[in-house]
Amino acid sequence: MTPPAFSPTGIRFEKIEKRYGGLYALRRVSLDIAGGECVALAGRNGSGKTTLLRIAAGLVRPSAGSTVFLSGQNRENAAVTRAGFVAHATMVYDELTAKENLLLFARLQGIAGPTARVDMLIHDVGLAERRDSLVRTFSRGMRQRVAIARALLNEPAVLLLDEPATGLDPQGVSWLAATLRRMREEGRTILMSLHGESEISGLATRAIRLEAGSVVADTQTGAQLKSILTFAEA
Amino acid sequence: MATLSNTAVLLGKEVRTEFRSRELLTTTVVFIVMVVVLFSFTFDPTSSESRRFGPGLLWLAFLFAASLMLQPCFLREQTNDTLSALRLSVSDPFAIFLAKLIANTLFLFLTEVLMLPVFAVLYNVHLLAVTPQLALVLFLGSLGVAIPGTAFSAISAQARLRELMLPLLLLPLLTPVLIASTEATAALLEPNPALRKDWLGFLATFDVVFLTALWLFGEYLLEE
Repeated sequence: MTPPAFSPTGIRFEKIEKRYGGLYALRRVSLDIAGGECVALAGRNGSGKTTLLRIAAGLVRPSAGSTVFLSGQNRENAAVTRAGFVAHATMVYDELTAKENLLLFARLQGIAGPTARVDMLIHDVGLAERRDSLVRTFSRGMRQRVAIARALLNEPAVLLLDEPATGLDPQGVSWLAATLRRMREEGRTILMSLHGESEISGLATRAIRLEAGSVVADTQTGAQLKSILTFAEA
Repeated sequence: MATLSNTAVLLGKEVRTEFRSRELLTTTVVFIVMVVVLFSFTFDPTSSESRRFGPGLLWLAFLFAASLMLQPCFLREQTNDTLSALRLSVSDPFAIFLAKLIANTLFLFLTEVLMLPVFAVLYNVHLLAVTPQLALVLFLGSLGVAIPGTAFSAISAQARLRELMLPLLLLPLLTPVLIASTEATAALLEPNPALRKDWLGFLATFDVVFLTALWLFGEYLLEE
């Protein structure tokens, strides 16, 4: 694989608030995530994990507060970063082939040499033999591979993943865990929402638990980290 | 520049997916044929009645068909949340609208052109001599339908009762387009055909005003 061309980039959430009418999805959430951290967001359904990730991706505008990407050793430089985002849905077209999907998004993002980049990513995610098959003929695991390839098109320094293991079989989870481990080792910042412990949660270097839109636990130590993720499963 | 290049890429995607599935074109052509044939059976019009009522019936059929065609425009972007992927990829969200409205205009125009010979035969009107002028009216009318139609498709895709919402929002707004297109078409079907520049001017103005509004405010329609 080609060495990544990015510097470690952190994310700072400052007093993020999101309201839908009178309902609070997030209440003054402030977090500082360092470049290269692999953070697991845990919490019950409706706790605000997806909203926080979509705000970080720039898909949802917060009602108050701001999100800043920070790069450089002192993390003082605001970075113009396009984070890679893998949502619960695959975010690719069923009526297009894997290659057509990736080429479409590569061209929209203005990536230089899109065909070579797409060929490399298709090879990396193990879909070389099915590159010209329509995505609608793919299993959930294969679709997730296309989704991850799409998120990596522009070599993002920050990767946001919303329950990436949902619907994957054990082999799919193992492949995803290995892929995320490689990305973590490359120095990418990973922020992912998870439900319970799994091979993937084992990659987390920090766990944050949300409840009713507020941060109620935030830890980097092993035992506590496990308890946060386990509690989320209850 | 990036907007235009993104528009071209997205237009290619719209055309490729449509010609691969042919869902919209097939459904719309069949729908318009049914409406025009049923009208012709109901009224059994003479040649002069056809000239008088035909353009109105034709444009009503186009309008109803357009509301069918525009419905899935943004709805199918929700199936796999591909709209989010597009929003994250394009530098200007207007490119998403521009590509979709160009595709909708092309599909609608193509449907109308395919429909004209059927209309000419069933309603006993002669269209060959005025084909270029009629094509201009059809194009401006289709654009007038597609611009607000694409915008309202984005709104209705996020609403409950979305199947009802689009025609309810769209059809009243398109009344001026219906009147102008019908009048311009009727003038071309007269024994002494004339290209009504006043109605064409009206259609062009309608198109420019709504395209500008979409350019200015379209981004907010895509927000969650």
